[in-house]
Amino acid sequence: MTALNPDPAFASQAAFRALMEAFARPGEMRTLRGVTAPAPLAPATAALVQSLADYETPVWLDRSLAGAPAVAEWIRFHSNAPLVTDPGDAAFALVADPHTMPDFARFAPGSEEYPDRSTTVVIQVERFCGRSFSIEGPGNKTARSLAAEPLPDDFVERLHANRELFPRGIDLVLIAGERVTALPRSIRVVMET
Amino acid sequence: MSAPVYNFAYLDEQTKRMIRRAILKAIAIPGYQVPFASREMPMPYGWGTGGVQVTASILGPEDVLKVIDQGSDDTTNAVSIRKFFTKTAGVRTTTSTLEATVIQTRHRIPETPLSETQVLVYQVPIPEPLRFLEPRETETRRMHALSEYGLMHVKLYEDIARHGHIATTYAYPVKVDERYVMDPSPIPKFDNPKLSDCPALQLFGAGREKRIYAIPPYTRVVSLDFEDHPFQPYRHDAQCELCGAADSYLDEVITDDRGSRMFVCSDTDYCETRRAMGYAAPARNSDAEPARD
Repeated sequence: MTALNPDPAFASQAAFRALMEAFARPGEMRTLRGVTAPAPLAPATAALVQSLADYETPVWLDRSLAGAPAVAEWIRFHSNAPLVTDPGDAAFALVADPHTMPDFARFAPGSEEYPDRSTTVVIQVERFCGRSFSIEGPGNKTARSLAAEPLPDDFVERLHANRELFPRGIDLVLIAGERVTALPRSIRVVMET
Repeated sequence: MSAPVYNFAYLDEQTKRMIRRAILKAIAIPGYQVPFASREMPMPYGWGTGGVQVTASILGPEDVLKVIDQGSDDTTNAVSIRKFFTKTAGVRTTTSTLEATVIQTRHRIPETPLSETQVLVYQVPIPEPLRFLEPRETETRRMHALSEYGLMHVKLYEDIARHGHIATTYAYPVKVDERYVMDPSPIPKFDNPKLSDCPALQLFGAGREKRIYAIPPYTRVVSLDFEDHPFQPYRHDAQCELCGAADSYLDEVITDDRGSRMFVCSDTDYCETRRAMGYAAPARNSDAEPARD
């Protein structure tokens, strides 16, 4: 049994504020305090689920998370979110193994009229270092450099294609340990040389 | 047991989650109006129910809240909303723009430049900039989807044809990050330049119309205009008669029933801070006003 947080309102507010700041300043690192959850669900991802998911938000799990029944149980018990098998139906998609993550096109990009009806994809990475890329756009005064691994080899191309869809598109959250950053669809990516 | 009468910041947790998800999508799509399931609040529509719901959803126990109504910290709307959050969230409140972490505003942007650690929450009566040109929601939604904003330019052009200049003085339409045309809420167009490249996150909440939208920090926001009729912010050609400021937005205050009037800063905190620093009223010109007949 996992103990229930004595102050759920404050904990979810703190998690949300970290995510709001992360969305507002893409690429900037924020601290998202984790909660105890069964592996391979990272504690910070679990905190995001607790803070934002509920019966209104279908959640999709990648193969590695879906392979651990305790994860699905934890999500159902703590958020009451329905679990879906088609990533295109998901409000939140959780990815524990970035190498095998589906193409961005398989998630919901929203429609031209309702671009907000799109998937937020949460990717658990191991660390924020490695090959870096630079992002520009709303939220950053100047270009900001970001690196994370592991990520799919064509991650930057996928981000490019995602921006092409704007205002449709998916929004990404990257989590490593208690550090979190976001890549909303509004960013423009430039590869670093 | 000392069970709290309200959940922290009044709203229940499910409502907050729904609003928080809308806020994240709003930030990801700058200027796009995200529909949300606006709740009934213990205040009438038009009193800032949208702004209050946004504030309630982002507020934490560490926050310091400032609320202004037309720039003023001490009008009814501002005082009631401040009291509401003191009672339901127990947060510290302030009138100082510098001290605040969350500023809820009705129809002004503070004169003091905002910082990266602040969030500005606007109360919005009518979020759809195209509403008075096209009443059907299905149509305005399609127009936003197609970036079909010609009608707005026709409206501004008709202003010029009729008045010789763009006569829109408040709620002046802007384009956010070269994509969505957005209503900045009824701020005077004097404030429009402050929307652009602002270090603070700006959130907009419309309670009756059930929409939330956002301008992320450092986002380019352009007031619509024409090459030969460029956007011009308006300010009364006067100085504040309390602090002498020549750069702030001024309110015109009628002081008696014989036409006497004075101009004072609309931003009370800005004016008080300046007076505390020793700035004073400018020397009055000999019999400046009224001197009609």
